[in-house]
Amino acid sequence: MTSGTAHTSVGAEPPDSPLELTVNGRPRRALVRSHHTLLEVLRTDLGLTGTKECCLVGECGACTVILDGRSVDACLVLALEAAGSDVVTIEGLAAADGLDALQQAFLDHGAAQCGFCIPGQLVAARALLQAIPEPSRAEVEDGLAGNLCRCAGYEQIIEAVLDAAERQARPAAVHAPERASAPKGPPAGPDPASVPDARVAPQ
Amino acid sequence: MRGQAGAAPGSDDRGDREIGGSPNRVGGIDRVTGRQVYVADVPLDDPLHVKLVTVDAARAGIRSIDPSAALREPGVRLVMTPQDLPRPMPRFGPQFRDRPVLAVGETKFDGDPVAAVAAETLDAAEEGARRVRIEWEALPAVSTLDAALAPTAPLVQDQALRPDDPLSGTNVLREHRYGWGDVEAAIAGAAVIVEGTYEFPMVTQFAIEPHAYIAAPDGDGIAVWSATQHPNWLQRVIASILGLPLAKVRILSPDPGGAFGGKQHAKYEPLLAYMALRAGRPVRLVLSLEETFQAVRRGASRVHVRSGFREDGRLAFREVDADYLIGAYADIADRTVAKGSYTSAGPYAIPAVRIRARSVLSHTVPSTAFRGFGNPQQIWAVESNMDESARVLGIDPVELRLRNLAPRGETFIPGDTPADGIWAEAVQRAARRIGWGTPLPAGRGRGVAVGLKSGPTTGLSHATVRLLADGSVVVYSGTSDMGQGARTIFAQIAAHELGAPLEWVTVVMGDTAVVPYDQQTSASRSSVIMGNAVLAACRDVQAKIRAMAATLEDVPAEAIAVDAGRVRLPDRELPIREVLVRGLGRLGGEVTGLGEARKDADPQHPLGGTAAFYEFNCTAVEVGVDEATGDITVYRHVTVSDVGRALNAAQVRGQDEGAAIMGLGHTLMERLLLDADGRIRNLGAIDYKIPTTLDLPVLIESEVVENGDGPGPYGAKGMSEGALLPVAPAIAAAVRDATGVVIRDLPLSPERVWRALRERDAAAEAPTLPG
Repeated sequence: MTSGTAHTSVGAEPPDSPLELTVNGRPRRALVRSHHTLLEVLRTDLGLTGTKECCLVGECGACTVILDGRSVDACLVLALEAAGSDVVTIEGLAAADGLDALQQAFLDHGAAQCGFCIPGQLVAARALLQAIPEPSRAEVEDGLAGNLCRCAGYEQIIEAVLDAAERQARPAAVHAPERASAPKGPPAGPDPASVPDARVAPQ
Repeated sequence: MRGQAGAAPGSDDRGDREIGGSPNRVGGIDRVTGRQVYVADVPLDDPLHVKLVTVDAARAGIRSIDPSAALREPGVRLVMTPQDLPRPMPRFGPQFRDRPVLAVGETKFDGDPVAAVAAETLDAAEEGARRVRIEWEALPAVSTLDAALAPTAPLVQDQALRPDDPLSGTNVLREHRYGWGDVEAAIAGAAVIVEGTYEFPMVTQFAIEPHAYIAAPDGDGIAVWSATQHPNWLQRVIASILGLPLAKVRILSPDPGGAFGGKQHAKYEPLLAYMALRAGRPVRLVLSLEETFQAVRRGASRVHVRSGFREDGRLAFREVDADYLIGAYADIADRTVAKGSYTSAGPYAIPAVRIRARSVLSHTVPSTAFRGFGNPQQIWAVESNMDESARVLGIDPVELRLRNLAPRGETFIPGDTPADGIWAEAVQRAARRIGWGTPLPAGRGRGVAVGLKSGPTTGLSHATVRLLADGSVVVYSGTSDMGQGARTIFAQIAAHELGAPLEWVTVVMGDTAVVPYDQQTSASRSSVIMGNAVLAACRDVQAKIRAMAATLEDVPAEAIAVDAGRVRLPDRELPIREVLVRGLGRLGGEVTGLGEARKDADPQHPLGGTAAFYEFNCTAVEVGVDEATGDITVYRHVTVSDVGRALNAAQVRGQDEGAAIMGLGHTLMERLLLDADGRIRNLGAIDYKIPTTLDLPVLIESEVVENGDGPGPYGAKGMSEGALLPVAPAIAAAVRDATGVVIRDLPLSPERVWRALRERDAAAEAPTLPG
């Protein structure tokens, strides 16, 4: 007969510790427990749920964030280790005037399928392009090797990163990708922005 | 961009602006900004966090469960045990009502929960789960086919669950037999007979989004959130278990973060529903990836194939004898066995066929649907057998397929849908693209294989389309968009039919209180069946616009045609929007259309219905094998799918390549390993590898065959599984071509290939005896 699962008796919980860090350019504070990870603080305490949780052992890359300029798996960083650090998450990627080049390229290349790995892919790609502005295909493959995509949109993701690098390197040569479907011009009528959003269900 | 998916030749003047192109994914912006809300992200007021309680055994007798220490843990609000649930224990399942809400008396697989803790924080829930005191003892478990089929094997399922079934005294859940023609005569007359046994291991879906569930009291009913593929099915399960009318069960199904079949049927939603009602608060359970491995997997199999040929290479007969190792609860696994085996003779015209397949219960994680739905196991066996047969016959493997493929229109499974595509075209194009027959460098080899899968056998989808006063459109659909892009397809259809820019179309999904009924999101059905429902709803709107135009213009309705966004009057054409605005008048309002698409059941058919369509794919690969390490490099991977018509070229390519790479996963690296006691040894991402950017073919190329011969909108067929089906036999054939070794077990890991190479070398060095 086996009885229970072993556990060690714990005494009084250590008090929560104050944490200060910069997230997406904003100073943020939280009271965190010593064993909580940066991922938990981002998602739970700061409500930044764009960073995803999957394997929690640093293998899948869904929780990739940029910590002081380096891409890391937020599940492997204790929150208190990030004290005073500068953190960039998917929510901080977009430019003030809309999508940044990587996001636009992911959209244009159909790189996002189910989308769950995409925040991690985009953040990893951002870190890659910061380190290597004009990477080769092999360098992109290496740079994203820690980010799993089970939809396996890898080809489209790689193409999007290479395209974004090119757009950034040669801004003058930027062309909107030609798409057979691009409407030639909407029918005369109200501004699409005024079309009421009838969505009533979470998507 | 690679691939040739695009507007079909002969696109007419209806302006296929949105059909066949590659508009950006509807929902794409939320996906690239992190705003897409998955179940784990849903904001909740005052939720409790749930942790499952399990024991470390494949099978355990549960003597007692004491929650008292857990309940003393700060923050713990509820410990749910079988004693807190109705008696007898409520059970559910899509085929058999055999899965209990919580294991009662005995756990049946590694990870089968016996209790669950709800607490104010996840930390408290985890600590509480550790403190639930369980007295248990390990019981003998069966986790292989041989052990489960042994005469003395312990029974996995309680015999009382199927009292009238003569098989209930065994671990065989069901046995399926199909066939036609005179097999015995064909055996006697065959010129060549080739046979072999092929194994396919357990693999897991590994959606990057671990399964997650929420339940909350909702007025006098309940709301359940789940990343489910089948919201309406789940609604029925919850209503049935709780004794509630359907209208009091609201299923909210945010887009799944990958599903691949693993999110079809209820798992822990019933447990969460009971917990929410007991706690009177929302409860959320987010599984760890490890727990997801303990929730879903593909059935393992052992398939014996025996094929007979005439001297000219025409198939004379085929026998298939398959055992699938399913799990402890049936889930939809037996259906995968039935359906995967039913077409196991392949897309060939064969005069005599005999198929037997058994689903064998075991003390392992319940297997369930997984892209391909029981077919990849059979196709691995049958197509490998075709390659071996080609060598024995001295016929080129491509030529052997071409000689036997059923031509379009020919019945190749008596009583079922005739061949619905020009399948030879896919084979010829794949062969041409890979350079079949051209010289290769040393150490390289090529392989080819085909895959066929029966599409949905029944279907029922409703859709609602509202054309609003300004010409913008809202589509309501119960399909789940799990990455396949269903939302985009429906928006394209509505935009095309009603003349709205794609940006003016909103597609609402994911809430049974809002969207009409849909049977399910599976079998690559949605573009076809829900697509037809959306199309029908648009036609309903068009009919109302036609009536409006008749009144406005004082023209008989019969003299007016409405399609592709245009109202065609006898003397001129108007955009739908113009008629709409005039027809609605000063009060405004909207025009609503309802659509239904149905594929009825056929009670006489062994699967309950004929194939709505077939998915057909031909895959051709070129590989190199490292003789020193056994490592395989895929230099080229060509996949050609018969899609009828590609409604969205980029999404077709994404599904095709994604399926191909997923197929490379189970072909080259994936396998769940069990220890002698039936516990999973490689639980989680460190020890279970799936393809990364470093595992891709050097070149992957996808093409589509578009002959407009599908039953879906504009001639489309379903296509999201086809490119996975023949990957393993194509790669194995290429390895054989490169090295001469024939491998009949998966995965083709470096170790397995290396061992096969050494055995080949040892056999070559062995002295041959004279005579």
